[in-house]
Formats: sequence, C-alpha cells, structure tokens
Amino acid sequence: MGGKILLAGIDVPGIRGFDVYRSLGGYASVEKALREMTPALVNTEVTKSGLRGRGGAGFPTGLKWSFLDRKSDKPRYLVCNADESEPGTFKDRYLMHHLPHRLIEGLILSSYALGVKTCYIYIRGEFKYLVGILEKAIREAHEHGLLGEKILGTDFSLNIYVHPGAGAYICGEETALLESLEGKRGNPRIKPPFPAFKGLYGCPTVVNNVETLATVGPIIGMGGEAYARLGKGKSTGTKLISACGNINRPGVYEIELGLPVEDFLYSPEYCDGIAGDKYLKAVIAGGSSVPVLPAGLILNTVKGEKRLMTYESLSDGEFATGTMLGSGGFIVFDEDACMVRNTWNLSRFYHHESCGQCSPCREGTGWMEKVLYRVEHGQGKMSDIDLLVRVAKNIEGNTICPLGDAAAWPVASAIRHFRKEFEYHVEHPERVKNINHGSLFPLAVE
Amino acid sequence: MPDNHKTNMEQHNNKIIHPQFIKEGKPVAFSAEVLGKIRQLLLRYPEDHRKSALLPVLHIAQEELGGYLSVDVMDHVAALLGILPIEVYEVATFYSMFYLDKMGHYVIEVCRTGPCAISGGEKIMQHLRDVLRIEPGGTTPDGLFTLKEVECLGSCGSGPVMQVNTGYYENLTPGRVDKILEELRENANKDKPDDSTWVEKFC
Repeated sequence: MGGKILLAGIDVPGIRGFDVYRSLGGYASVEKALREMTPALVNTEVTKSGLRGRGGAGFPTGLKWSFLDRKSDKPRYLVCNADESEPGTFKDRYLMHHLPHRLIEGLILSSYALGVKTCYIYIRGEFKYLVGILEKAIREAHEHGLLGEKILGTDFSLNIYVHPGAGAYICGEETALLESLEGKRGNPRIKPPFPAFKGLYGCPTVVNNVETLATVGPIIGMGGEAYARLGKGKSTGTKLISACGNINRPGVYEIELGLPVEDFLYSPEYCDGIAGDKYLKAVIAGGSSVPVLPAGLILNTVKGEKRLMTYESLSDGEFATGTMLGSGGFIVFDEDACMVRNTWNLSRFYHHESCGQCSPCREGTGWMEKVLYRVEHGQGKMSDIDLLVRVAKNIEGNTICPLGDAAAWPVASAIRHFRKEFEYHVEHPERVKNINHGSLFPLAVE
Repeated sequence: MPDNHKTNMEQHNNKIIHPQFIKEGKPVAFSAEVLGKIRQLLLRYPEDHRKSALLPVLHIAQEELGGYLSVDVMDHVAALLGILPIEVYEVATFYSMFYLDKMGHYVIEVCRTGPCAISGGEKIMQHLRDVLRIEPGGTTPDGLFTLKEVECLGSCGSGPVMQVNTGYYENLTPGRVDKILEELRENANKDKPDDSTWVEKFC
C-alpha cells in the first residue's frame, strides 16, 4: 500500500511532540470540524466512511454512535478502550507510543460528534510507560487550546483523563471496563441495557477501541466517502495488523483492507515469510480468541478463492473452514509448532483471565486447561479429545460476555483442524512426555 | 481484640484467607505531597463517584507504601476514598498487578502466553529459575528478586518479554537476561528501574 493514513508521519522524528505533529497537519481535522461542521455532520461522515470497530467485533462505528441515548439529560461519556490484552495484539500500544496526538485528535472529534464533555482513556496498567506519554500529549493539547473550556473559541468543552487498569484481560470487554472504571472488579454486565443507554455511572456512554477512535481524525480530514473508497466492500479503509510468531519481520503494519493474506505473509514489506525458511503450519489471524486455521485454509478459502484481509473473506466458510479478522493480532506458526501445546497454553490464559462470574466459563476453562495439560504431557486418553469438544460447546454462548466464546473457539478449532496431532499425543505418551518444545507430529505438507 | 479470638481467627484465616489478610494495625500514611496529588486525581471523577479513583490510588499506594497492599494500606485507602474496606479488598484480590504479599525489591514478571512461548519465553523462564534458584512466586533469600509468571504483556512482536517493576525488557535471550540481572544488582541501592512513579505519571 502506498500512503499510510492512520500511521501517516510515524517515521518523522519528534512526531510524538505537539509541534511536529501540528506542523504536519495535525489537528486540522479538529479545526475543520469545530469551525465548519455540526456534530451531526461529523457523525454522518463517520457513518459514510464505513468504519468498523477495530477492537475485534467489527461493529459499524457510525451505527454504534447512533444508538447513544441523546434524549437523556444525564451527562454523556466517551471511553477509549486501551486495555489491549488479546494475545497477539499490540497495535494500540504501538499507535499510542508513537502517535499519541493522533488518538487525542480522534477523541476530540468523537466527543464533539457525541456531545461528550468528559472522556476517559482506560489503559491497561502494564502500559504504565504510556500513561506518561498520553498525559503529556493531553497537557500539550490543553496548552494549545485544543482541550479544556471553549475549545478554539467555540462553545465546545472537553476534558480527557487517562485511567489505568491493573492487569485483567476481561476489562477489555466494554461493560467490564466500565465496572473497572467505576472502581470495581471487572465483572461484565448483562446487556441490555447497553452502555449507549446505561454505561458509566448509569449514563449514556460510548466505548470504542483506540484504533477506531484514532481513525476518526483521518476520516474527517479526507471525508467519509474518500475513506470508504479504500478497502474492499464492507471492509473499508485501512487496519493495523500486529504480526508475530515465526516470521521474519514481526511488527505493526497498516494495510489497506483487501490485501491477500498470502501477500501480507510473504511480502518483504510486511511479514517477509516464515523465519528460517520453514513451512507455514497455521495462523491465528485476529488475536488468540479467533479460530486457528491451517496453512491451506488461511491462504485460500475452501472454494479455492484467495483469502483476503477483510472481515468478510476471513470469515468465509464460517467456523468450519474460516476464522475472523478480530483485533488484527496475526500469530504465525511454523512447521515446528506444537498445536496441542499452544492450545493448552491459550486455555491456561483464558482460565487465568476468566472473571469467575458465569459457571460455564469459570469451570469450563479450568477443565479445558486440565485436560489439555494431560494430553500435552503424555497422560491423555483418546476420549479426552471429544471431551474437550464437548466442554467447549457447553461454554460457547452460555456466558454473559464473549470471554467464554473466546476460550472455546481456539480449542474447538485446533481439534477441528489438527485432530491427528492430538491423537498422536495420546498414542505416543512416551514421546511427548518429556519434550515440550516443537512438534513431534510430522507435518503433512500438501 | 481478645487474644483467644485472634488465634481462632488466624487459624480460620490460614485455611481460607490469605495470611496477609491479618490486620497488623501499623500506622500507614501517604506523604503530604503524595496526598495532595491524590486529591488532584480525585477531581477527575464526578463528586459522587470518587470510588472510580480506586485503581490509580491503589497503584500509588502499592508503590509508595511498601511495595504491596497490606490490610493496613487497603484500610487506609478505603478511608481516604470514603468507601468500605471490603470494596478495596475485593478489587485488590481481582487484579493481577496488585500484590498481597511482600515482594522483592525487583518484581520480575515473565510473559508465558502463546506468542511469547513460541518465541522462546519458556526458555527464559527456565533460565531465570536456574539463575535465581527460585520457583515462580518465590523471592530470593536476599529479598532482591521476586519471580512471577504473567499472561500476555502486549509485546508479542518483540517477545520473549519480561517486566521488571513495570519496565519492559524485550527480545530476551538468556545472555541478555544475565546482563539485565547484573545491572539490576548494581543499581539495587538506587532507584527502581522504571522511569518514573505512578504519582509522577499523573501530575
């Protein structure tokens, strides 16, 4: 892709500071919006852009904003979800680290559109070093009249505050995040009522991901229709993909949606192929929660079409042969990766991070972890494999929040696509018992 | 509290509640400077929702008042925010960044989740166990290092990763870990390795 949109200017020295950011056209969108556009018009542009939630769900942002209860006389809140904790995802961290003002600009525009006077950035506590960077950017924006009372001489006032979490994956779920922001345990709320009606402190609230909100700046700058011309079909615009695992160039890349997965994986501009010239075994395309796909299915759909980096193409074939774009956490496994070990590892993650509120998730994640541990460590039974499928099925859809689904999908998909590897672990306990690294199962190269 | 009652409670506590949950009654207090900054922090939230400041204030309390959240510290925070002690306990026990035990001078937290594991995270953990001669959860006898396993730190493209008192150390190799430990030992009498405190971050 030629020009960067969200990451424009990221290589310019000093872009983290206000002056350099401003000199490259930063905050021009804020001036344009506040001086020439009504809040409704900003909303319209975002709707026209086709922007979809970049945190994982892919819900149209303009539509989410339209749900906000504008009749209520209570204050409205905008909460920026910077609780990036999905394994494989590190795009928001990258964006906030290098371009904090891009986020602040997006927050000002979004708050203007939504009629919000107070905005909180909920950032995971482990990103303590980013708190200072964001606070500094906010201070600079205040000093230049872009935050605080009567911004740019208009009647619009806004304050942005950074609020740290303290180590809980579940707080990335929007209602758990709101609970946490209220100073409580991060237990997700039952929806409805949705945050658009009863969110923070019972007031109408919009919660959006960092990348989503940061994209509002470029959208207002170039116009919603121009943004919608980028991308492919309903997957408009660009998306940050954080690539990691066994590849030559791990990192965060801004891609125009519609790029073939194969190009992303092998182009020297992006992942630059599998490290050590090994074979590709599997990919988790959208953060650890989405189904894992074997090499054949990630590059091409079951219909034989090239798989593209879009919401639609990645979910083509649904869960039987497809996956999801999710948060854009792109984890690549080479021929040596042990899928049983990886699945056990992720199950342990979800067990650790389950808030414990719903029994299917609290108990089910623990059972999946235990059973997978014994399969991986040479103590498994053949019936364990179907047991895992059954437990996963009983969690899915039976919990208040999607963490249950997120815990079930990696297990179900790993067994769906790599069942032989699980069986191999059960059949050869002596071979898997003491060796925990790499695959003992010969890779079937098609 | 009568002595016999206290003994009963301790026995009871040891069974189901963490021993650190026994109130020692030691006086704890923030310095005037920190307290001033906390009061500034409270103004970020609506007047009738000051409890919102609980997480940031607990971060500050843990850092300023001994490196972990003792019952005395938690009670102090509860009084400061005008909430019940139980409201602080339930939060402190939920979030993994709050420690209920006394910690070493340096808390080393190694990521163990998927992407780090496939890029060598398990070897880094094994190396740290060998070098420090402690298991995850343990503290070295000199009180310098506490070793912990944690879940994804959001550093998947630069793994393996560990945090030392919330400072990030990425792209680790056993050799690099040795160097980091050496530097930490040398600087043990100076400041902690992260660039600034929570109080400084906010103000």
